[in-house]
Amino acid sequence: MNPVIEVKGVYKSFKNVQAVNGVDFEIIKGQSVALLGPNGAGKTTLMEMIEGIQKPDAGEIFVLGRKWKGNEDTLHQQIGLSLQETHFLDRLSVRETLVLFASFYCLDRRRVDEIIQLIDLAEKSRSYVANLSGGQRQRLAIGIALLNHPKLLLLDEPTTGLDPNARREIWSILLRLKQQSQTSLILTTHYMEEAEQLCDRIIIIDHGRILKKGTLSQLLEAENGPKIIEFSLEAPAETNGFAPSRFQIQWAAGQGKGSVILSDIETELPEFIEFISINKLRLKTLECRRKTLDDLFIEMTGRRLDD
Amino acid sequence: MNRIRHNQLIQLISAQFKDIIRHPAVIFWGIIFPILMSLGLGIAFTRKSDIVRQVAVIGQEQNPSSAGPSSGTDSRMIMDFLRHHAEKMESNDTVSPAHRITLKDDKLGNTIFVFRQATWHQAMSLLKRGNLSVIMDESRGEIQYHFDPLNPDAQFTYYKLSGIFNETAVTASTDVILPLTVSGTRYIDFLVPGLMAMGIMMSCMWGMSYGTIDKRSKKLLRRMVATPMKKSYFLIALMMVRILMNAIEASLLFLFAWLVFHVTIQGSLLGLLIIFLSGNIAFGGIAIFVSSRTDNTEIGNGLVNAVVMPMMVLSGIFFSYHNFPDWSIPVIQKLPLTLLADGLRGVFIEGAGFTDVLAPTAAMLTIGVVFFSAGLKVFKWH
Ligand SMILES: Nc1ncnc2c1ncn2[C@@H]1O[C@H](COP(=O)(O)OP(=O)(O)OP(=O)(O)O)[C@@H](O)[C@H]1O
Ligand SMILES: [Mg+2]
Repeated sequence: MNPVIEVKGVYKSFKNVQAVNGVDFEIIKGQSVALLGPNGAGKTTLMEMIEGIQKPDAGEIFVLGRKWKGNEDTLHQQIGLSLQETHFLDRLSVRETLVLFASFYCLDRRRVDEIIQLIDLAEKSRSYVANLSGGQRQRLAIGIALLNHPKLLLLDEPTTGLDPNARREIWSILLRLKQQSQTSLILTTHYMEEAEQLCDRIIIIDHGRILKKGTLSQLLEAENGPKIIEFSLEAPAETNGFAPSRFQIQWAAGQGKGSVILSDIETELPEFIEFISINKLRLKTLECRRKTLDDLFIEMTGRRLDD
Repeated sequence: MNRIRHNQLIQLISAQFKDIIRHPAVIFWGIIFPILMSLGLGIAFTRKSDIVRQVAVIGQEQNPSSAGPSSGTDSRMIMDFLRHHAEKMESNDTVSPAHRITLKDDKLGNTIFVFRQATWHQAMSLLKRGNLSVIMDESRGEIQYHFDPLNPDAQFTYYKLSGIFNETAVTASTDVILPLTVSGTRYIDFLVPGLMAMGIMMSCMWGMSYGTIDKRSKKLLRRMVATPMKKSYFLIALMMVRILMNAIEASLLFLFAWLVFHVTIQGSLLGLLIIFLSGNIAFGGIAIFVSSRTDNTEIGNGLVNAVVMPMMVLSGIFFSYHNFPDWSIPVIQKLPLTLLADGLRGVFIEGAGFTDVLAPTAAMLTIGVVFFSAGLKVFKWH
């Protein structure tokens, strides 16, 4: 099957920043993929090169089997996108904004009404864009991206800065879309949960490079993968000078908190408790959970995703 | 209605038009403000009211300054003259006693001189504030006048004063003076087309440049060109909306000037139309060029000011540019604002016909097309 997006050896730098540093990947029709990475990872730069807004310094990008050069009109007809931040005309209503964009695609008003239903803004259709909440505005941006029944949808941080409710509303719009159409989706996010909810595949990027890609279970090494223990102590302790052990504890400096990864929890947990008591520490809390993308990211980079 | 007229251009025009007129400030700055300005200036320059001039008379004092009065002046002669010939004015605690002489004149308006005694120091500060333009004192039995010889108002005051003190003043003109107040020759007739030209320039330069830069910095341009929208349609719509706005503003200004000051259009209406359109195209093109690159509204402000300010000063909107040095006149006449203002004045007050305005129309169209094409070429959408 032909991939909808092919990115081959793409580089892009600004004055003194290497924003995208040799990226290769493919996306197959109907797939949804998350680009997950912290601030400045190069997600927006990569997206905008796929969207034809920026040009790569080196490498090739094929969208729906075509290069951008010379195919702008065809590609613009077939993709839908929302930028990381766009303001629309402040004093146009939601409906008027959709009608304007619909006219670019030669669509009729029926499509505008459908979109208003889809993004659940019927009540707000006459409000000025300036008076929408952040979540409503983001839904409008997604509505505009969906106007032309795109074969490929590119969303740059569709839920950043929104509260959990607003975020869930957007997820439900996108999940419905996924069930009902063959649209391929690529979205960027800082939120692991979002990637988990919406996407079949995840690409983790940092400093313009792909650190890891695959399905969620591939990345987290399946169900019986390692577990994480997070604990805190009654009193902050010196973190060095313990009896040597096989545990690699990640200490949160000076807070009396730490975490440790256990690959075989049934045998290792008792050993860990023993380690605590040998060192005469007193536990305040102890939690066990499965490994997440956040942990994976910290493991790979030493930093948190949402830093 | 269930169908969108399949026309990007119409939708772009309608969207941008709504976006403009829904800002209440637009109504004030675009429509009320030029009308208020024409009202204020029109009244200031059409009603003949009394001219009041303050004159300082330096009293007894020692003054070491060489520019000041000779030492030992007491202005006794002047004060005697005033006591006999002038009417004494009520004085209170804050104002020193003063005398008033009124020169009556039905045709040119009365001139009232108010004489106030002051020290040299007080007189100088009044002069600097623009409250008076002539200072009088005496030296060895002679009256002396101190004023800036380059200031026409001071000169006028001096001539009249010296007439009074030499007792040759004409209290009413004996010459035959026939005031020219027929329409077409008054200041307001000169002013209204100038205000229209200025309105077109301001509205294009600020409205189009600012709007475009703002849309760029908010990434709206970037979003729009990621659709099949035609780029040229966007810019054409921008200009059409501006022309429409300017037509409304200019019509209202004219309607007002016609009702209140009986300003009329003496020349060809078709000529007026093409001058108006080509002026809009000239400034629209310049505005698109000026806003073609930057995404910073501060830089945009600076650029617009750099274009607008020199023309505001040079192009003779409020007063004729013929006061500038001769060598500069041919340059000034080629500025777009001068072309537009002169063209409009030609039709409004000189009765210019269609063919008379073809030359400035062609010049402005050229300016507009050149800047528009250059702007479109370097235009930054992302
Ligand atoms: N136009 C530009 N000029 C200069 N540097 C840029 C430009 N655009 C991006 N960069 C730099 O390139 C790097 C990657 O930026 P990019 O916007 O792609 O990151 P991102 O992953 O989208 O981050 P965020 O999550 O904050 O949106 C950053 O260091 C950024 O400062
Ligand atoms: Mg980004």
